[in-house]
Amino acid sequence: MSDPGHETASETRGAPTPADAADAARLVSFGLQPRLLPARDAEYGALLRRYQEEPAFARLADAVATGLGLVVLEVSARAGMAVAAAEDSVFAVRMGEYARRAAADPADRFLHGLAHLAVAALAFPRPEDLADDGYLGRITVNGVESFVREACRRLAERAAEQGENTDPAADAPGLEAAWRVYARRSATGATKDARRLAGSTTGIVGKAVAFLADSGFLQRTGDEAGGAYRTTPRYQLQVRDLAAGAAMAELLDLGIVPVADGSASLLPPDDGALGLAEGAGLPFYG
Amino acid sequence: MTSDDQPAVPGARPAPGPAADEGLARRLRALACTAPLHDLDARKANLAGEYSTYAMAEIALAAIDLVTLSMDFDAGADHEQIVARLLPRIAAQAPGRAPAEHERVARWVLDNLINVGSVDRGFRAVYGTFGPDGAYVRRDYDFKLIEEVPGPGGGVYLRTTDEAVNVLVGALDTDVTSAQIAAEVKLEVLISRGRLADAQLAAEQARYRTVQYAETLRRTLETTRRNVRAVDWLHAVPDMISEALDHIADRYRHENAILTHIRRARDEATGAGPKLRAAELVDIVKDCIRRHTQLQTRLLEAGPLFRAEQDRQAFQPPAARAGTDLYGQLLAPLLPAPLERATRVTDAFFARGTGPRPPGAVRLADLAELLLTPPAPREHLGAELPEPDLIATPDDSRFSEEQLAAALDLLRLPQDAPRRLSGLLAEARRTDPDLPYLVALLAVHAASPAVGTAYRQGESRLLFAVDDGTPLEDPEFGGADLIVGTALLDAAGMAAARAEPAP
Repeated sequence: MSDPGHETASETRGAPTPADAADAARLVSFGLQPRLLPARDAEYGALLRRYQEEPAFARLADAVATGLGLVVLEVSARAGMAVAAAEDSVFAVRMGEYARRAAADPADRFLHGLAHLAVAALAFPRPEDLADDGYLGRITVNGVESFVREACRRLAERAAEQGENTDPAADAPGLEAAWRVYARRSATGATKDARRLAGSTTGIVGKAVAFLADSGFLQRTGDEAGGAYRTTPRYQLQVRDLAAGAAMAELLDLGIVPVADGSASLLPPDDGALGLAEGAGLPFYG
Repeated sequence: MTSDDQPAVPGARPAPGPAADEGLARRLRALACTAPLHDLDARKANLAGEYSTYAMAEIALAAIDLVTLSMDFDAGADHEQIVARLLPRIAAQAPGRAPAEHERVARWVLDNLINVGSVDRGFRAVYGTFGPDGAYVRRDYDFKLIEEVPGPGGGVYLRTTDEAVNVLVGALDTDVTSAQIAAEVKLEVLISRGRLADAQLAAEQARYRTVQYAETLRRTLETTRRNVRAVDWLHAVPDMISEALDHIADRYRHENAILTHIRRARDEATGAGPKLRAAELVDIVKDCIRRHTQLQTRLLEAGPLFRAEQDRQAFQPPAARAGTDLYGQLLAPLLPAPLERATRVTDAFFARGTGPRPPGAVRLADLAELLLTPPAPREHLGAELPEPDLIATPDDSRFSEEQLAAALDLLRLPQDAPRRLSGLLAEARRTDPDLPYLVALLAVHAASPAVGTAYRQGESRLLFAVDDGTPLEDPEFGGADLIVGTALLDAAGMAAARAEPAP
């Protein structure tokens, strides 16, 4: 970094100049282009180094981000300036804008949200995967779809074993068990123009994956099984630091207490969370 | 859920109890599965056209049969193939109708079995039961008959659901394995008694059971492939695989024995009917054996697949920090929760799990500039066209322009003086030995004058030729000595007649 434009701030260590503020804002604007990699852009890389080397500049950039309604997750060479939208920020994505049907139909709203959760769950199947900075998850659209379908099928089997009648009451659709909504929706469907049926579960997962790829959270690696993707460090940060926590807090708020034994695995334990939450309409523990 | 769970309404129980009600509910659901088939025949009157000759329920059952039989391990049945195979039956129902209509009926039935119009592409029936507290509850039963599944190449394939197979086979709520054994024992008995017609029915049922059994195993193996830890590889899966292999070995022996029996029955049978049925039976049993072999191949592949997946997934270095178990702590507890509550969790995940997205903002100045900018001149108009290299073709016309003018001049006869062709030919021969050929040609054309063209073009004269039976006396030509004349056309009257229908 040999350009003379930065010497004022680093040498005087005085009050930040308008040029510093412009640089800090520029760094944040780079962070808002999630598909831009610092390794590919010299100016981005230089500003990143300045953030890491000058605490005053780092504070300035953090302040700019906060003022814009952004949360700084990490600033590093691998993830770049990873920022997330704070709640009620203009940068936040709303479900109604994401999928038009989701605003009107509660089942569609749930399915779109579930698709995002399922993509994350398959991208980081073990707790260690989410914690390990070097981990790259790999998913396919059809894989995510059939994974959730299988989970729903096993819940259906379990309910049938216990002799429960899980058919929902006709006048209270909100009390229907969530897995039934997914199981009922068809996995795919033929359309006149040979595109994915948007309302099918494969279509919903495909939309989620395409959206995440557009946000710089996934990278397409192939076309097999409906589209193959790998995760980016930003996605891991977003899920680990924000999304998982927010969803967990909501779950706890509902009184559904997930059993955490530290070394959790994808295998649902016999006396575990599934068993606890069985019996859809009943009051839960706690 | 037993009957002593409900002390709420003593003595005022309106129903025999939940246990009896459960059996009723099961039968109601089984009944509901047949409803879409009856519905087809009820609704065919609403189709545009006369479709009452078609037995829609029969076509639907045949379609379910076809889809079930062409279900393989990897894919299901191809949509177009099912339509093509349905056509002979539909054509037999209404032989006089157009093939396009037959195809339309096939597609209509298949689309209705999938229920293309609904968002879930399935069916829903409402039935009522008495709860343990004696309260009457109406419930929704959702089911599918034919479902669309993604194929390996990104295509869409059809598979029949368990409900459809159960409706078709007629054995509701039965265990797959025991039902297969029962069907095969029945088959053996029937064959030993020489009742081949019933034997064929039983053999077909055995085949449906075989397919259903394979489908159950396929789903288990697929889960294994997706995630090693989602399946118990210590006990459950090895047990399942060895059971399945035992089962296949058993069935294989069994079916080979049956095959020997039927072959003997086929060879000993007298009369075309039993012989044909026995031959069909041989095909069915062979198909069963083929399916078992396929199943066995899959089972043998399962072990190496597990080891490869385990290598990939299990031998990773443990991480320093513990993260959230997204499946165990979030997804799994979420799915059994009621929809309303689950949506709150997925909403929270969605809101915090999507990246920042700058809202699209339009500046009026940009917009005005964009709209006012003239389209950029196109720099590339494409490759330059090469100058065509034209070669003059030799004029190989039979007659020259001068000859044509001379012939037409000769034939420009006054309207009140028609002439014989012989005279015209002789006159032509005096000027040019080739000219008579052209004159004869024009005269023969005039025998069928282009009246319509002359009328449309508003011509005032028309050359015509009439044969009055006089033979032509000429050294070069033969035939009739035509009378060639000119007719005057009423050009003004024709123009008026043409103009009349226009306004």
